[in-house]
Amino acid sequence: MSAPLGTLPRWVNYGLLPLLNVAVAFAVSGLVVLFIGENPIDAVQYLVVGALGDGEGIAFTLYYATNFIFTGLAVAVAFHGGLFNIGGEGQIYLGGLGAAFAALALDRYMPWYVTAVVATAAAFAFGALWALIPAWLQAKRGSHIVITTIMFNFIAASLMVYLLVHVIKPPGNMSPQTRLFEEGGQLPKLGWLMQWFGLDIGAAPFNVSFLIALVAVVAVWLLIWRTRFGYEIRTMGTNATAAVYAGIPYVKTVVVTMLISGGLAGMMALNPVMGDAGKLQIDFPAGAGFVGIAVALMGRSHPVGIVIASILFGVLYQGGAALAFDMPNISREVIILIQGLVILFAGALEHMFRPALIAIFAAKPKSRTASAAGAA
Amino acid sequence: MNAPTAASTPAIELVGIDKRFGPVHANKNINLSVAKGSIHGIIGENGAGKSTLMSILYGFYHADSGQILVDGKEIRITDSQTAIQAGIGMVHQHFMLVENFSVLENVMLGVEGGPLLKRGVAAVRAELGRIEREYGLEVDPDALIEDLPVGKQQRVEILKALYRGAEVLILDEPTGVLTPAEADHLFRMLAQLKAQGKTVILITHKLREIMAITDTVSVMRRGEMVATRKTSETTMAELAELMVGRRVLLRVEKDEAKPGPVILSVENLTVKDARGVTMVDNVSFQVRAGEIVGIAGVAGNGQSELLEAIAGIRKPASGRILLNGEPVERLDPAKLRKKGLAHVPEDRHHMGLVLAFEEYENAILGYQDDPKYLKGPFLDIDAIRKDAVARIEDYDIRPADPRLKTANFSGGNQQKIVLAREIERDPACLLVGQPTRGVDIGAIEFIHKRLVALRDQGKAILLVSVELDEIRSLSDRILVMFAGTIVGEPAPHAGEQEIGLMMAGIGREAAE
Repeated sequence: MSAPLGTLPRWVNYGLLPLLNVAVAFAVSGLVVLFIGENPIDAVQYLVVGALGDGEGIAFTLYYATNFIFTGLAVAVAFHGGLFNIGGEGQIYLGGLGAAFAALALDRYMPWYVTAVVATAAAFAFGALWALIPAWLQAKRGSHIVITTIMFNFIAASLMVYLLVHVIKPPGNMSPQTRLFEEGGQLPKLGWLMQWFGLDIGAAPFNVSFLIALVAVVAVWLLIWRTRFGYEIRTMGTNATAAVYAGIPYVKTVVVTMLISGGLAGMMALNPVMGDAGKLQIDFPAGAGFVGIAVALMGRSHPVGIVIASILFGVLYQGGAALAFDMPNISREVIILIQGLVILFAGALEHMFRPALIAIFAAKPKSRTASAAGAA
Repeated sequence: MNAPTAASTPAIELVGIDKRFGPVHANKNINLSVAKGSIHGIIGENGAGKSTLMSILYGFYHADSGQILVDGKEIRITDSQTAIQAGIGMVHQHFMLVENFSVLENVMLGVEGGPLLKRGVAAVRAELGRIEREYGLEVDPDALIEDLPVGKQQRVEILKALYRGAEVLILDEPTGVLTPAEADHLFRMLAQLKAQGKTVILITHKLREIMAITDTVSVMRRGEMVATRKTSETTMAELAELMVGRRVLLRVEKDEAKPGPVILSVENLTVKDARGVTMVDNVSFQVRAGEIVGIAGVAGNGQSELLEAIAGIRKPASGRILLNGEPVERLDPAKLRKKGLAHVPEDRHHMGLVLAFEEYENAILGYQDDPKYLKGPFLDIDAIRKDAVARIEDYDIRPADPRLKTANFSGGNQQKIVLAREIERDPACLLVGQPTRGVDIGAIEFIHKRLVALRDQGKAILLVSVELDEIRSLSDRILVMFAGTIVGEPAPHAGEQEIGLMMAGIGREAAE
């Protein structure tokens, strides 16, 4: 007597549906390009070639993807626990502070791989601590975590401006940033990895933090699906009442989940701070925390899905830059518009085509429903 | 609407209705004829296809084939709007009311008659007055839904249907949420509707109601309409047999209890809800090893809160709970489990299971920190699945697939998943809430046998159920709760009426 809630085959749910969403986003973007007076086919070509056409493009794409993997994982971990962490921006910012402290302290005395370990731990710790207060307020006082993490983004921005302008900036320097890290404080580029595939990295800042991101992907998968704590996170996120019944401590689970989430966001800072700029600058998170929300939505909060979605957004970032360069009529704003459309269709409207797909596919698959079970 | 020839034309006729959901054949070539001005019962186990059939009639689903005739005319019911226009109204098991609207606003919802409400309100008020006078539903049109007891909320649903001109009223499991007195009132109302020439279709799995009120009864089993009988010419035993396809024991066979030492002791326990209202008021009782103590009572008289307080889910305001002589009222559910207290909660969907999880994942809910299921920081998936498979066999959980999503099991099988998990921990004391709510007869029998077997192993069992039959057939001692207090302990073989009076609080008032 169950409702005919067709369960879609996995390949439709995880493959066709996201592809369809992206395709529609591109189709609508095409209309916009047409409206501006450019050829949408050419535009797509510039975008794809710019992002994937040569080694340098691919390396740039993967550089951006690295950012989104970290922030996507951060959002996903919290989301499995039923928590919406909007505070990625602030957590990245503070994570950058942690990484910078480690790099500034060690870069003259240690090889990069020692600094990297300490900096990773510091970035994680600083990001996690920035999530601690919102987590604590949610767990103990019921203050909604969406509101508090958003507020903490603003606090982080103000705090970092203050620190960079008044505290960390070397005397005599005109711009609000740290000194340049020495070699011991910079993450090496992955030119060798590109060369395996016969590609040239060019000037792209594609660096070791990509490998750290892949380790984080595996770690998050293990955490969520293979550990007791992950089980408890998922129970709390799917059925809070059952979690109480099962004796899962709410305060501890919320706080630790958010610490992990904030820590993952904080780790993102390794990539731009130590892998690219070699210094801590103002506004370096550049919206990656928010893109992480779209990435997690599109990737269905699954680590593998997040990697794929991150690469898509990497293509949009790098390809978009190339497009703006090659088609002067298409401004930076149009690129943002296209990215926005992808977020709109893949994120906010992700279920738009579901009913239609269910009508097409649900009749056939082996969906075992309650009635089947009851009649068996 | 009544044509002169109505006496012979059925109000509703279904011919060859067939419906599949994927591989599930929910309705197989169903024929049904409902006489005008009658009360027609449709009875069957959960999953027999009753609700599917009625959803087709009300336009929620479309039949794959078959015809629907209303007043002898074939119509195509494409959605609930066309059903309403054809004079069919439905009262759902779960009410579709806006809690913070008044009765009048709820009745008006969807038929406001224009952007400004004034005219619509006046029209609804006048019409409600007329319906009230005609059927005596006794509902204040200006009362807020959230202030009304469940029985009256149901009447609002009936009012809604009548206001929309329903000639045929479908009620889906209407008494599941009602007290016996409210159910009686409902039945009187239905008789009144029938006297006014309305047709009523009553879906239920309670045989008693069928016998009490219907003129005709149709029995469904596994998607098929297996029989239609005149109620006056059938018996409960025959209907029960038709429903399950074999004879069932409506009584539980068990020996005399051999109570041992006190396992669970509740002393002067008071529990308040989130608003500070006292739900359990200074309650004391004991449960011994090897006995089942049943708590009878109309839903909402504090049994749920009592059970949750003992299970550590609610913190008591005052009083003590002793488990094997040790005070445990401050412990959380995890610690209580380690001390040998297992809990089958009243609401398996919201508390006992995570429906989105696979079956084997639910098989460790609450026991996820058991070293047996862990390998270092990781879950030992193999060990967990092995245990789950063993229980699936032992408890005959179907389908026998530990990787299946829990939401895809039927109610009875979901309940078995919870019971298997809690019983197989070999607890000293088991708390059981509504063990057979929404469970079909075959599974009820199985669950009752398991509980008696656990008792015979010398475990203490505290049973809370709103099904008086269940309490009476399972319990060795019965406590009756009313308005948060235990109002009495009737003799083990006390009559239904005596317990019923206590449940209504009448015994206590007489005593005072």
